Amino acid sequence: MLKKILFCLILLALAAPLARTADAQDATPVCVGAGCVHDDDVNRVAKKLFCPVCENVPLDVCPTQACIQWRATIREKLEAGWSEQQILDYFAQQYGERVLAQPSTRGINILVWVIPPVAVLGGAVAVWYFLRQMTRARPAPPGAPEGGPEPAEAGPSPAAADKYAAQLEQELERRR
Amino acid sequence: MIANLGYFSLLVALASSAYATVMAVLSVRRRQPAWLASAHNAALLTWPLITLASLCLIYLLVTEQYEIEYVAHVSSRAMPTYLKVTALWGGQAGSLLFWGWLMASFAGLAMLRKWDRDRVLMPYVIAVTMITLGFFLGLVVFVENPFARIWQLPSGENVIAMLQPAGTVQYIPPDGQGLNPLLRHPGMIIHPPMLYLGFVSFAIPYAFAMAALITRRADDAWIRTTRRWTLVGWLFLSLGLILGGRWAYDVLGWGGYWGWDPVENAAFMPWLTSTAFLHSVMIQEKRGMLKKWNMVLIILTYALVIFGTFLTRSGVLSSVHAFAQSAIGPAFFTFIGLTFIASLTLLFREWDHLRSESQLDSLLSRESAFLLNNLLFMGIAASVFWGTVFPMISELATGQKISVGPPFYNRVAGPQFAALVLLMGVAPLVAWRKASARQLGRMMLVPFAAAVVLVVALAATGMRSWGALLGFGISAFVALTTLIEFGRGTRARMKTSQENAFTALFTLMARNRRRYGGYIIHLGVVLMTIGVVGTNFFQQETQGRLRLGEQLTLGRYVMTYDGLDEFVTDDDRQVARATVSVYRDARLITQLHPRRDFYFASSQPMTIPGVRSSIEDDLYVLLVDWEPIASNGATFKLYVNPLVNWIWVGGLVFILGTLVAAWPDAEERRRVVVAAGVRVGS
Repeated sequence: MLKKILFCLILLALAAPLARTADAQDATPVCVGAGCVHDDDVNRVAKKLFCPVCENVPLDVCPTQACIQWRATIREKLEAGWSEQQILDYFAQQYGERVLAQPSTRGINILVWVIPPVAVLGGAVAVWYFLRQMTRARPAPPGAPEGGPEPAEAGPSPAAADKYAAQLEQELERRR
Repeated sequence: MIANLGYFSLLVALASSAYATVMAVLSVRRRQPAWLASAHNAALLTWPLITLASLCLIYLLVTEQYEIEYVAHVSSRAMPTYLKVTALWGGQAGSLLFWGWLMASFAGLAMLRKWDRDRVLMPYVIAVTMITLGFFLGLVVFVENPFARIWQLPSGENVIAMLQPAGTVQYIPPDGQGLNPLLRHPGMIIHPPMLYLGFVSFAIPYAFAMAALITRRADDAWIRTTRRWTLVGWLFLSLGLILGGRWAYDVLGWGGYWGWDPVENAAFMPWLTSTAFLHSVMIQEKRGMLKKWNMVLIILTYALVIFGTFLTRSGVLSSVHAFAQSAIGPAFFTFIGLTFIASLTLLFREWDHLRSESQLDSLLSRESAFLLNNLLFMGIAASVFWGTVFPMISELATGQKISVGPPFYNRVAGPQFAALVLLMGVAPLVAWRKASARQLGRMMLVPFAAAVVLVVALAATGMRSWGALLGFGISAFVALTTLIEFGRGTRARMKTSQENAFTALFTLMARNRRRYGGYIIHLGVVLMTIGVVGTNFFQQETQGRLRLGEQLTLGRYVMTYDGLDEFVTDDDRQVARATVSVYRDARLITQLHPRRDFYFASSQPMTIPGVRSSIEDDLYVLLVDWEPIASNGATFKLYVNPLVNWIWVGGLVFILGTLVAAWPDAEERRRVVVAAGVRVGS
């Protein structure tokens, strides 16, 4: 019962990334006109882009000259009233999809999002079948399991094989 | 001269690893014990030879012999001596040599152990370790030679070769290019060696596993023999990862400690599979189950170790097409493919002999909790693997490169981590074989209630992020269940042996090092989880341009811009160093010096943050830009990283726990021998 609940919870958690619409993005422009766009607004967009010249460095923290220019471009676009998505699309179109920190869901790129949850679900199903098979296939012959004492039904013995721990458990049990 | 000596000793080392491999295998085929002794000696010989080669390279680095291409590439006159020494692993060829040296060291240690009970495994342990070593030596000798010299053609072009090509003269650059600025940090002394140690040490359990498969003795002996190896390797790998995070935080200047960079992932994937392995071997030891699966895990870990080295060394990350430009990429690819296929073939050959000795009594048992643990670890490993290799797949399929950045990993791996941490709190309470749900519920009741109270209290104080609430709730729950386990044990011991609380706790842990070491590791993970949740959900940042004397506010902090100095240092950097005052709640607490270093030789800028740490949060200040006349203005970026120090404290606790678990334990050894005896006898 408890395990089932745990299992469901985990499955739910795994499905979470599929709901890609989760974080709603503000599409409205910050403000329009020169001088009113704050550095933080620029960085908010820059965070979603990668540096064009260095490997895997987010644009908002990259100190190279190319990135300084790109951030200036973002500022101009914001001042011209572009939305975040428009700016991201602009950069992706100009320089290719590699500048986006998060791959799009277009074309083959959908696979990057689909495969991990499918793999984990597949693994979960495999583990489930394995567990069922291991418990059903060979019912325990009464009284003759190999090695180790049969743990008491009520005894919460975290390691029944560990003699010391078993003794410890009994001790606690007696006091209850 | 010294370079020739180094190269020559590498050649001899390569020959002796090949000789050891062949003689070890032949000694079994032809039943010649003397040949095995010879293979053993040849394997031992590789260590002094590669040590000599490494010392030669260090000598060349320290004495500034820039006619050697590698030396000119990774060091320069201005570098301090300790960095010149660490430049041994600062570039491609040197780090492959260093890998080989560590491999030879571990192989040597394995050779020197007592081989009384499992002598039959020895030929194949020699063969597998020497093949791995031989591969790396082959790369160093034939592809990336750290001792190659620079020669100049009459046309002025440079040729890199060991011996003088016809019609060339030797070229000695006046100075070297110097180490990549990112690597000029004291962390360079310890972080790469730790990671490499972690990587290399997994070759030993893998070698024993393969030997067990080949000799058809794939019972539990190989697991018992290599248990401490695995734990020590895992310790180094964990240490390498934690140190890497700290280094990134101190040096990379982006306010974070983990960026899901492919290079980080390369080290993280074998850690994930080996952690799964460390857990799942317990089922095999206690119940004789999952023998095939444990083989798969050790094979995967070994493959991922080589794959990780391949990722970081082949240039495949910048582009799949760069990969073919050096022979190193295809060589790695072939080696990974061949060893992986060979390992799996051996495993399938033994498939029917690796049958489970017992069956599951209940779905609610420690065994199934461990399976769930393995599922999650493998799920995270698969997700990380997929995210890391997908840009290459996409480039091959469409010709267009894409980036898979942190948002992907946070979304895909984040929930799995949360589930894993939750499981970490529940699983230790679940009994082996068959647990009672009622009993389990009773044990979890108090921690669960406490966690709920905490979540409600946090929500009442205005915390609205459900992810953070869940994260803190799970952390509290796991911390409590784990601490209660310590409490229960101590109380019981106090009662049975009349000891005081402190002695009782100490003896309890001393008698069950593995278990309580594991629990300490779990507590370390909880502390780190709290830090990760804090920084992921509550990091604040702002950026602004300040004139002298102006201030920038972020959360409880106010920062004023006091001044900026620009100067050139002895080691050829131009440094712009700002001075800022930090106020919290309107009280001056400290002055910080964020700076920007520009390295002339590599024309690379480095952003060094100014950090004010407390257990509550860090104020992390970056100097982003400044005007030619600095008083006119400078741009600063501020981060408040809540709870980030919990990660480092958690890391220390984690390492401490691993040490407790891995420490040699006389009593445990006796128990293992007895258990093995019982198993053989039954």
